[in-house]
Amino acid sequence: MNPSLIIDASFLAAAFLFIYGLKRMSSPVTAASGIRVAGLGMVIAVVASFLYVFNVNEAAKPHLVVNAVLGAVALAIGLGWAWVSGKKVEMTAMPQMVALYNGMGGGAAAAIGAVELFRPDAEHTLVPLVVTIIGSLIGAISLSGSVIAWAKLDGRVNGTWRFTGLQAMNGTFFVATLALGLYIAFAAHGHAPVWMTAAFFVLALIFGVLMTMPIGGADMPVVISLYNAFTGLAVGFEGFVLQNPALMIAGMVVGSAGTLLTLLMAKAMNRSVSNVIFSNFGAVAGEEQGEIKGSMKPIDAGDAGINMRYASKVIIAPGYGLAVAQAQHKLYEFVKLCQDAGVDVKFAIHPVAGRMPGHMNVLLAEAGVPYDIIYDMEDINGEFKEADVAIVIGANDTVNPAARTNKSSPIYGMPILNVDQAKQVYVVKRGQGKGYSGVENELFFADNANMVYGDAQKVLVQMIQAVKSLDGGGH
Amino acid sequence: MLTGFIALYIFMLAAFTGYEIIGRVPSILHTPLMSGSNFVHGIVVVGALFALLNATTVTEQVIGFLGVLLGAGNAAGGYVVTERMLQMFKSSK
Repeated sequence: MNPSLIIDASFLAAAFLFIYGLKRMSSPVTAASGIRVAGLGMVIAVVASFLYVFNVNEAAKPHLVVNAVLGAVALAIGLGWAWVSGKKVEMTAMPQMVALYNGMGGGAAAAIGAVELFRPDAEHTLVPLVVTIIGSLIGAISLSGSVIAWAKLDGRVNGTWRFTGLQAMNGTFFVATLALGLYIAFAAHGHAPVWMTAAFFVLALIFGVLMTMPIGGADMPVVISLYNAFTGLAVGFEGFVLQNPALMIAGMVVGSAGTLLTLLMAKAMNRSVSNVIFSNFGAVAGEEQGEIKGSMKPIDAGDAGINMRYASKVIIAPGYGLAVAQAQHKLYEFVKLCQDAGVDVKFAIHPVAGRMPGHMNVLLAEAGVPYDIIYDMEDINGEFKEADVAIVIGANDTVNPAARTNKSSPIYGMPILNVDQAKQVYVVKRGQGKGYSGVENELFFADNANMVYGDAQKVLVQMIQAVKSLDGGGH
Repeated sequence: MLTGFIALYIFMLAAFTGYEIIGRVPSILHTPLMSGSNFVHGIVVVGALFALLNATTVTEQVIGFLGVLLGAGNAAGGYVVTERMLQMFKSSK
């Protein structure tokens, strides 16, 4: 049988399985099976692609054995490393891992373009050549940008670059990179000197770094999602160059789905995508801080725990600090104690709680918290005024009332959880620091708020002990 | 041979498909979906493999090798991470 027929049929099957799998992933009930469907498509496509050995170019035939061995080795290393690292990674570190894998995909797309451009005997026609170059540019930006996003979220790179003229410099850089790419296409017809082609890739990689460095940590999820869409586009473009419809379809589906996802995420944070990329979020913080009245009042963790045990309604607003402290299991243990005592406990999830939309839900699900006590912001915001206690654990900007009232605040306009309306607010926090946006939180100074200082895990252990000793004490 | 216009049709339809799949998705699924779509573009490994198998110079072989390595990492890592996330939704239901 004709190998290329098998290859084509396998790619068709893969494209179908990808779309069907993604469709299943878009509903909570069928999501878990969706990834397996898509995974099956990937296995079929990769296995079938080894049939390429039967129809390589005439010029490549003498190198076929070496190339095939190299391919198998690269596949084994990449697969093995990613499989192990993906299994090992903590749930809290998931966003940066997604960024890293995404960057690798962008790099692979750029590599396809590079092979094309470095091929000495290639006969280029203009349209595929331009597409190759654009795809390489996007892929390379996605690679280096994602690596920076990973390093930032992983705490390996700290701080953000901000100085006057930064945007102008980045803009110039981008135009220069693009101009070089177009020169290679239109003037050199794809046969530019090696140094020039190499310079194009180096410039594109540097631009990815420059573009990502000024972006603050809180905005990183939107950026990762954007780079995800970039990689999709790059893959689609290189698929066109290779005349491979499976790459074109998968790449473009992800390119468009990723773009929409990016817009949805930005909307959940009440910001526009261009605002995320080009504005200096947090840079103005501290300048126009209004006077904050009141003081931060600390309270003992045990006392706070006992008060919640005797409350009738408690709402929990968890944030990234909870995840960092790996305290979601302890939290649920405490919640169960309260529930046993007849307290109505609910979780209020801000759209960007954690590091990405839905990240907190994943973390709570990991701890076994049932769905029916987890509420989205819109559904629970009206209930805070009936709550006896609202407890904020490791969240900050998402509960800052300044977003509602203070027009000069950088987070003004962002939807927040109305925890300040509860009768009593407890804030579990490691120290007196500010949130990711660098804004002081007036909630902490409010009359009805008390601070419980300490690592979330330790605080919750103290709360559990306090409540347990109470019940064990023969009440 | 995919001519320019056929390619544009494919791109257009694929873009609509992606848009329709993601529209009206509850926000709790944003992270798994981002991860899932991240996995799907791991198909790039197939293209990288094609480029490597047709390599004739050492430069092409090195870049092709890197491409396959990165692409395989994208596909495998994307799958494992997405699978783990979605597993949690299942277990707590």
